[in-house]
Amino acid sequence: MFTGMTELRHRYLRHHKKFPHVWCPGCGNGIVLGAFIRAIERLGLAKDDIVFASGIGCSGRMPTYVDFNTLHTTHGRALTFATGIKLAKPSLTVIAVMGDGDAVAIGGNHFIHAARRNLDLTAIIINNQIYGMTGGQASPTTPYGAHSTTSSFSNIEHAFSIAELAVAAGASFVARGTVYHAAQLDKLIEKAISKNGFSVVEIMSNCHVQFGRRNKMGDPVTMLKWLKEHAVSKDNGSSIPPDSLHDKFTIGILADVDKPDYIEEYKKIREKAKRK
Amino acid sequence: MASELSGKKFLLQGNEAMAEGAIAAGCRFFAGYPITPASEISERMSYRLPQVDGTFIQMEDEISSLGAVIGASLAGIKSMTATSGPGFSLMQENLGYACMTEVPCVVVNVMRGGPSTGMPTSPAQGDVLQARWGTHGDHPVIVLAVSSVSECFSIIITAFNLSEKYRVPVVVLSDEVVAHSRETFTIPAAESIEVVDRIVPNVPPEWYKPYEDNSRGVPPMAPMGDGYRHHVTGLMHDAYGFPTERQDEIEAFIKRQFRKITNGFFEIQITKKINIEDAEIAVIAYGSVARSARRAVAMARAQGIKAGLIQLVTLFPFPKNTVVNVMRQCRAVLVPEMNMGQISREVKRVNTGLTEVFKYNRIDGQLITPLEIFEEIQKI
Repeated sequence: MFTGMTELRHRYLRHHKKFPHVWCPGCGNGIVLGAFIRAIERLGLAKDDIVFASGIGCSGRMPTYVDFNTLHTTHGRALTFATGIKLAKPSLTVIAVMGDGDAVAIGGNHFIHAARRNLDLTAIIINNQIYGMTGGQASPTTPYGAHSTTSSFSNIEHAFSIAELAVAAGASFVARGTVYHAAQLDKLIEKAISKNGFSVVEIMSNCHVQFGRRNKMGDPVTMLKWLKEHAVSKDNGSSIPPDSLHDKFTIGILADVDKPDYIEEYKKIREKAKRK
Repeated sequence: MASELSGKKFLLQGNEAMAEGAIAAGCRFFAGYPITPASEISERMSYRLPQVDGTFIQMEDEISSLGAVIGASLAGIKSMTATSGPGFSLMQENLGYACMTEVPCVVVNVMRGGPSTGMPTSPAQGDVLQARWGTHGDHPVIVLAVSSVSECFSIIITAFNLSEKYRVPVVVLSDEVVAHSRETFTIPAAESIEVVDRIVPNVPPEWYKPYEDNSRGVPPMAPMGDGYRHHVTGLMHDAYGFPTERQDEIEAFIKRQFRKITNGFFEIQITKKINIEDAEIAVIAYGSVARSARRAVAMARAQGIKAGLIQLVTLFPFPKNTVVNVMRQCRAVLVPEMNMGQISREVKRVNTGLTEVFKYNRIDGQLITPLEIFEEIQKI
């Protein structure tokens, strides 16, 4: 069933309270928010049953705009709050949105342990390769050699691959998309939310204002083109010569495994404890 | 489940009594990270909570522990964590979040010698002012201190009740001696325990303003998922919970935070008085030192010295009125504590020339003994 975006906006956005938003014109966050709302609509979840949590940064403002149970936590800690909420009320669908600095710098430890623990949460990570809100400082995903306000002469550190990190840490579902491939993004987020277990969607996004301008991509269109040219579909990856893949990233579903989630396991613990 | 154990006599550690008290208070969620000398609280909770349909989770650090505790409380479950100095330092960030968002929760800090790793297996009272001022920004907080196994049980219940009633985090300071001492303790009947639950909204969701002022200054709190969709943020927020930069809203918010605690001084500021009626010298003590002080006062009385004790159960908001009244009456007060003088600083602050304030401090990882306090009383 097709539902127009206008109708979705009225259904899901706190349009009468919290707009205009804080994001710059052309920001990828709006595309992510659109994909997220379309995924929720397709899943048919009730607004009362959704908790949408965030950390700090541009991504951290996203929950403010949507009409769910929303939570804007401390920097990097969204998953820790989400963990408490989910354990306290397992019937809720709990989704955390984070940025790259948020999720894998200050929140890196929480991220890998959430993946290992396999509690049924969904982590949406918007990777724009920079600290945007604070003014363009290098993040753990800023590419080697890129320029930022804290690496004016070029970045000498190496970037995390967030999705691969999540796979290695044991997440049940891991996918990567981009804000250029918006239609695919809807589906990836939908699958991640419906997956029982810890799910991650890394979304490569554009920050032309803080990242692009310092790296010869000062407008959104140039950055979206960059995303298009550097994304390699997982299905096609094997047919491309490896040496031309070195600055590319894979998009699609990178992991989808079934294992018991924390809530199911804890139910067994309660039964055992009561027999004592 | 508390009723299953109630009426029975146990030889309990302070830490274990703390866990039982929490369960009796209605705590059904605990998140923590191992640390000496607080780990037994986690261990007992990991065993007991699943028996009462509660949830225990061991997190990756103390930051995430308090994050999970706040999350669970937002979903409507009474929640706590327990740690010691180094972990308490890590919790300061989210403690401020709990203050800002007015989320009830209880944080136990079993104090050990510091700073840094310090003396993990030795008692100290060096975190008193950290408990009050550790997180940044102007904020109210309630800090309680326990001195015995039975207080571990009863005061943790008080901590939950105050936290729920005033929507503030409550810090309970224990120390290594209280935590690891074993005493016989009879778990009271569930009916005899007063348990306070947070007030939930009784208006339709569309009328609900999660941070609206009222006569008590404590807005009703809707658990997540019950239809009262709203926004919770660590940013300065308006009555709806949305970020604000309006000066009138900011000032009103901060002042309400303090007003709600000030309004509750009559029940928040808890002290115990022993032999104070005719005392000329008062000992002001808290935590395990209060146990020694109790004995020291008895020793002094046996020698004909009119000594008395005020045990501070509530450290903050500092029980100024009680302390000032005693200072009016006594020619001297003695403040023994296992730090360089953190509560004596508060005592001196409220002493406007009423009496003479003496300190006695130990910072070598040893408990202050009754004899030491008695000798100090004799010197006065």
